[in-house]
Amino acid sequence: MFEVVAFYLFAFLTIAMFTVTVITKNALYALSSLAAGMIFISAFFFLLGAEFLGAVQIVVYTGAVMALYAFGMMFFDSINDVQESVANPRLTFMLTGIVALLVVAIFVAPIIGANATAHYPIHEAYGNTQDIGLVLFTKYLVPFEVAAVMLLVAMIGGIILAGKKMDISITQLSEHEIDNHKTDTEIEKDIK
Amino acid sequence: MSVTLNDYLILSTLIFMIGMYGALRRKNLLMLFFSTEIMLNAVNIGMAAISKFHGDLTGQMFAFFIIAIAASEVAIGLGLLVLWFKRNNNINLDSLQSMKG
Repeated sequence: MFEVVAFYLFAFLTIAMFTVTVITKNALYALSSLAAGMIFISAFFFLLGAEFLGAVQIVVYTGAVMALYAFGMMFFDSINDVQESVANPRLTFMLTGIVALLVVAIFVAPIIGANATAHYPIHEAYGNTQDIGLVLFTKYLVPFEVAAVMLLVAMIGGIILAGKKMDISITQLSEHEIDNHKTDTEIEKDIK
Repeated sequence: MSVTLNDYLILSTLIFMIGMYGALRRKNLLMLFFSTEIMLNAVNIGMAAISKFHGDLTGQMFAFFIIAIAASEVAIGLGLLVLWFKRNNNINLDSLQSMKG
């Protein structure tokens, strides 16, 4: 009974939050409601007995991703709202219709994996975190390492793309040259 | 009365549709990133539900890798978005037309 009440409560809250994210014009409201929706989604993971996944969801999404969006939004003029207009509404309707048809087809399709057996069954005695660690570091070790390299590449890419003055190598300049190097604001003052 | 796999999959589909609507309808590039996050999370719910009701940990493993991919997507995407905003001073989707013939 508790599970049913919790499921419907969090389902309603999640859908409401994500609807606000999609519909609102203010980017700050969208960010806040997205963060709230992410936390509500972690409740489903706890309900489903995937405690470690729920904790990771809170830490990664509301901790890292939302902080990254919040810092990223400082670069943008979020008050200056973007003109929302669809140039070709017929195309949008057609695409949405095709997607709806696809979803219906997926739901109606016969489930091939109905009698599939579990490759890595859940051990009730271990507990979720220990069980996941066991599978992740034995069967999924190579994808785990590849994911680590991918995150490193993404971090370096993000620094290179968003960083300032990446065309000047400070390590190659002498101290005198660094002191004489003009900053952006000084150049702007000179122009004025 | 208890929550079944179908309930979770229907919820997952509903959240995915919300994200899809946002991705199709919005013209703000930041909102497109938010919609992508919503869609990835919808898939994660489905993965975790199937993992529970099927008694298999593979679904949770896939959810982990989806979270890792989402994190790196945000890092690269926001970097590109900041670069685009510095050059063009707006984040409208319609301004991405430099290859238009």
